[in-house]
Amino acid sequence: MISIHNLTKQFGRLRALDGIEAEFSAGQSIALIGPNGSGKTTLLKCLLGMARPDNGTLQFEGSDLTRSDTYRARIGYMPQIGRYPDNMRIGQLFDMMRDLRGYPENVDEELLDEFGLKAMFDKPLRALSGGTRQKVSAALAFLFRPAVLILDEPTAGLDPLAAEVLKAKILRERNTDRVIIVTSHILSDLDEISTHVLYLMDGKLQFFKDIETLKTETGESRLGLAIANVMRRHANENQASA
Amino acid sequence: MLAKYSSTAAATLPFTGEPDGVTCAEKKARPVAAMLKIAKYVLYDILRNRIVLGYAAFLFVAALTFFNLEGDGSKSLMSLLNIVLIVAPLVSVIFSTIHFYNSYEFIELLVAQPVSRRTILGAEYAGVGGALVAAFLFGIGLPVAVFAPDARGFTLLVVGVLLTLVFVSLAFLAAVLTRDKARGIGLALLLWFCFSILYDGLVLVLLFAFSDYPLEKPTLVLTFLNPVDLSRILMLLQLDVSALMGYTGAVFNEFLGSTLGVALAYGCLALWVLLPMIWAERVFRKKDL
Repeated sequence: MISIHNLTKQFGRLRALDGIEAEFSAGQSIALIGPNGSGKTTLLKCLLGMARPDNGTLQFEGSDLTRSDTYRARIGYMPQIGRYPDNMRIGQLFDMMRDLRGYPENVDEELLDEFGLKAMFDKPLRALSGGTRQKVSAALAFLFRPAVLILDEPTAGLDPLAAEVLKAKILRERNTDRVIIVTSHILSDLDEISTHVLYLMDGKLQFFKDIETLKTETGESRLGLAIANVMRRHANENQASA
Repeated sequence: MLAKYSSTAAATLPFTGEPDGVTCAEKKARPVAAMLKIAKYVLYDILRNRIVLGYAAFLFVAALTFFNLEGDGSKSLMSLLNIVLIVAPLVSVIFSTIHFYNSYEFIELLVAQPVSRRTILGAEYAGVGGALVAAFLFGIGLPVAVFAPDARGFTLLVVGVLLTLVFVSLAFLAAVLTRDKARGIGLALLLWFCFSILYDGLVLVLLFAFSDYPLEKPTLVLTFLNPVDLSRILMLLQLDVSALMGYTGAVFNEFLGSTLGVALAYGCLALWVLLPMIWAERVFRKKDL
């Protein structure tokens, strides 16, 4: 569904993304992992057209997505830090989003209900706590039943109950027509909701595998341990070659 | 090229790069519709913080005061002209820049939606420009319509509206070029300072330095390069005080007194609205957010 070819993005002297090659197919739920500053958010922003790649191609169902805006109608995005216009109320925000897309029918309001956001429609966005903002972002991401879900640190800042609600929702929405891309530092969360792992380091793609293969290869039963195992091996190899 | 005209294809359409069966006219109509929708929210946001309302009230009170003090002759229009030339650009440039930076969250939210960057910037422009022009037309236009409903008053309004739009364009350009808010506002103020104050000084220095040469034509060209000067001359010619400007004034009168000259002058002002905005759009389209 999404193919990334030789994607490169430079911020000044820093190479945020360096020749990324990947192919995401429908049905995959991809965990995007890597240390801070490894280029995870930049990769997501390139997919959304928010950051413009310096080199390489990004395709969505065969069409170059840097030349189009329409494809974003099929992407649901939950940013790491949801920033919304101060003067708007929650209800107005949701109304505007629907207005922009011409009030499509059959929207997914499950999260709006489960997070109890409808009762807060009159609250101005500037008065929201970090966690409530996250809930708003999550509800918006799922609202239009997108073919691609991009969730940047979805559970960060959510209380345990809300985090469980969101994880359950992600699991329910995992299906064969959809790609879900999630970044997180909480590997146990990713273990539950993902089928594949894409590991980034210093803007380079280290590997892109399905979780079962990774676990068998490393002989570990948990994603966290498997990743630690791989990182250790990488470090050793680097030392050996140095 | 065509891709950007299809920015609001319905969410239910399968992605095919181009929605099928959409005529060319529809493609053009949709971004405009999306732009107006977004502009509505921008306008709503502006009305909530009351600065533009205050600006309109200030202009209204100032205009009424001048007309009451000095009657409805050229004198009060001259005083009003000074307000139009100094205050309108200053308020427009500062308000637009600050508003743009304060709308960063809003813009970030929109770029992840199926709307093009051009549509977003256009909507911001329509909202901010529309609000400032409306404030100007209320504050200056209403008194002028009552006290000086003639060609002079009309010229003042047209010039004021164009000048407002010019400085909104310049403000957008400054805001798009710099990421840092303080720098952006600084740059916008610098532009205002250059056109309103510095430029005239430089022209004077040039005129003195080359006073042995015939300078009528270069002065005419220099005037066209500054939207504030251009507006001033256009208005002064209406007020018949151009005789005060000596021989250069005569050249202006001869050139700008003709229909072609006036058309050129207004065309040039329109270019001052368009060119910074086109530049800003090009920068904004490639900007990382």
